[in-house]
Amino acid sequence: MSAPTAYPSRWRRPPTLIRDPRWRWALRVGALGYLVLALGALELDAARIAEGLERGAHFLRGFLQPDFTSRWRDIQQGLIESLTMTLTATVAGILLSVPIGIGAARNLVARPIYLACRAIVALSRALQEIIIAIFLVAMFGFGPFAGFMTLTFASIGFLAKLLADAIEEIDASQSEAIRATGASWWQLIHYAVQPQVMPRLIGLSLYRLDINFRESAVIGIVGAGGIGATLNTAIERYEYDSAGAILLIIIVIVLLVEYSSSHVRKYLQ
Amino acid sequence: MLEITQLCKTYATGDTALREVTFRVPRGQMVGLIGPSGAGKSTLIRCINRLVEPSAGRVRLGDTELTRLHGRGLRQARRRIGMIFQEYALVERLTVMENVLSGRLGYVSFWRSFTRRFPGRDIENAYRLLDRVGLLDHADKRADALSGGQRQRVGIARALAQEPELLLVDEPTASLDPRTSRQIMRLLREVCAERDLPAIVNIHDVPLARRFVDRLVGLRAGRQVFDNAPDALDEAALTAIYGTEEWHTLHADADGVEDAPARPARARPVEVAS
Amino acid sequence: MTTRSTAPPRYPQVWTFRPPRTRLALWVGWLLLAVLFLICWRLMNANTLWWFVADAPSQAIDIGQRMLPPRLAYLPELLVPLWDTLNMATLGTLGGVLLAVPVAFLAARNTTPSMRLVRPAALLVIVASRSINSLIWALLLVAIIGPGLLAGILAIALRSVGFVGKLLYEAIEESDPRPVEAIAATGAARAQVVHYGIVPQVLPAFWGISAFRWDINIRESTILGLVGAGGIGMKLQASIDTLAWSQVATLLLVILATVVVSEWLAARIRRALI
Repeated sequence: MSAPTAYPSRWRRPPTLIRDPRWRWALRVGALGYLVLALGALELDAARIAEGLERGAHFLRGFLQPDFTSRWRDIQQGLIESLTMTLTATVAGILLSVPIGIGAARNLVARPIYLACRAIVALSRALQEIIIAIFLVAMFGFGPFAGFMTLTFASIGFLAKLLADAIEEIDASQSEAIRATGASWWQLIHYAVQPQVMPRLIGLSLYRLDINFRESAVIGIVGAGGIGATLNTAIERYEYDSAGAILLIIIVIVLLVEYSSSHVRKYLQ
Repeated sequence: MLEITQLCKTYATGDTALREVTFRVPRGQMVGLIGPSGAGKSTLIRCINRLVEPSAGRVRLGDTELTRLHGRGLRQARRRIGMIFQEYALVERLTVMENVLSGRLGYVSFWRSFTRRFPGRDIENAYRLLDRVGLLDHADKRADALSGGQRQRVGIARALAQEPELLLVDEPTASLDPRTSRQIMRLLREVCAERDLPAIVNIHDVPLARRFVDRLVGLRAGRQVFDNAPDALDEAALTAIYGTEEWHTLHADADGVEDAPARPARARPVEVAS
Repeated sequence: MTTRSTAPPRYPQVWTFRPPRTRLALWVGWLLLAVLFLICWRLMNANTLWWFVADAPSQAIDIGQRMLPPRLAYLPELLVPLWDTLNMATLGTLGGVLLAVPVAFLAARNTTPSMRLVRPAALLVIVASRSINSLIWALLLVAIIGPGLLAGILAIALRSVGFVGKLLYEAIEESDPRPVEAIAATGAARAQVVHYGIVPQVLPAFWGISAFRWDINIRESTILGLVGAGGIGMKLQASIDTLAWSQVATLLLVILATVVVSEWLAARIRRALI
């Protein structure tokens, strides 16, 4: 049988991820079952949705014809709070992150310091900004100071972690060379570590500035000041045209910050 | 029969890649396109299937004027032209079979290709081609699991799956070791002979080109400066194509390896005992 | 030059890393930043009640004492909200991803049908979605369609579109153009070129991004209830409103556990898929 048509005329792509067909089917059935259950738990009320669509159209009109003027004083106050707490919290966050970040780098410090700093970082990262804000508002009272504390604390988790990771990844031969000259620990940090991680630190700081502004627009919802508080009030009063104006301002500022910080980062690299 | 007439290409940057290139390739002929880097070899073959848009001139394949085509007509013309690439250009995360079948995309509907339900004839043919290039057992492997030479064989099978009337081959051996390079060139020669296919092969390895092609076209700065049988490529011609160099030392390939189809093996020079 | 210099060459004893001008500019820059910081500080704290701030440590101790021990008897009540939270994150991610895929293909330079119209529109969708935090989306949606899971799911989905869309379109733009060219050369239609040339290349990135976003969405969905979008956040809001700090402590533990498990799961999924 060496006929020229001895080749199969059917071909199926071999499964790449899960070889066992039983597992594949179990997974498919499981996924489907989950979807049915999860969607079934949704209580959809047609009348409610119809009403919602109407209000959605109302909101969309407000968004398309934003009203900047009638609540301008509130908006202005919220904006000032948001912007000031963004900047101060970022600066304070950087100042605190540098020592903590160095402390959380395994290759530079003793084990107890490393563990302590990593614990701070882990705590800050595990908690959402909004949950931190709830606590800090309870402690420091309403207003932007609590927001400042929240953003600072959250910045530490972000910056110190990434800084520590960057330090742990530095070229060991360079720090070895500096150490071989008889340099002290401080000199080691200054001559071997700082030059290697500085560009990354600046980049991360600018990125965090960007994040902090976005977050500053949110934590106001739980009383930590900023434009989020103004937005919350506007939505509660069903003033969709003012809410639309605030959202537009947020989008524009986020764009500006993101655009300029990416420019600065490119310029630095 | 492929007919290229006064083909010109000037890029938007102002660089002129091709100046009035004119030649024809009859059926079954394998033409080697040689020239220094940047001479326009790659541009020339891409102007034929219009991956690069020529600025002026005409390209005829059989009865079709390729430079006038658009949209569907262009796609139908492209499926008549098989192309083989320098770094294989396989879709690495797809299986070997899917890569070969992708040569049939121009013939099947989107829905069929989306669900991977190619006609039985195409699949059978794909198996036949994989057998022809010696990779029948590798059909279900992912393309990135293959070696360079094997990947180029898949590339050849993909081009042949189109049942082309012309093969365009762009530096097929640039990423391969010398032995694999020869094997790939030999395979290309054989498949062209089997199907009476015309082919244009961009190649910068002059000894390899001389050994395997029927005819050489030399480009320099977009101009055609040589068009003759490989045997006619003397030192003067090489200087015209590449510029001055000690060309008489180029015959390093004359050590009679295996079965060179185009030229008889020469006697090995007597080695001086070391 | 026959005369030999008598004195050894003199080298400067002062060396500075930067020229004086740059140093001056740097100092001015730092000074400006410090001044800006102080101005912002003054503006921000215009209405801060410092005696309240000074009281913070005792407040913290007070809250801490009320939180401990966490009220574990509250746990059974949290199972249904937790299930809702997981559903909110999962369905929201699913919806967001489904919307993000077409947006990403419309936004990527190499797949968009029109650079002038469609691409900017797709980028606008991505930017608008990304600039607005999911909590704000939830705030809006609760006001529009009323409190409940649906608002939460939509909020998560709307926020995810921008995130997934941005990372996916960047992955599409970074895909290797050579296989794409090869597929186009077979005469495949546009949709087929995308499906065979680009999709396999971005598939691993797609799964990775989706798993990553799912992990983030689990975190975010735990707090959406604060503005009435269902899930465990509603319990948190209720407990805070009634100053039931021991319940808040239980909730925090549950949220932390969920976050840790989802992070672990997402990391495993990503490792398995890539």
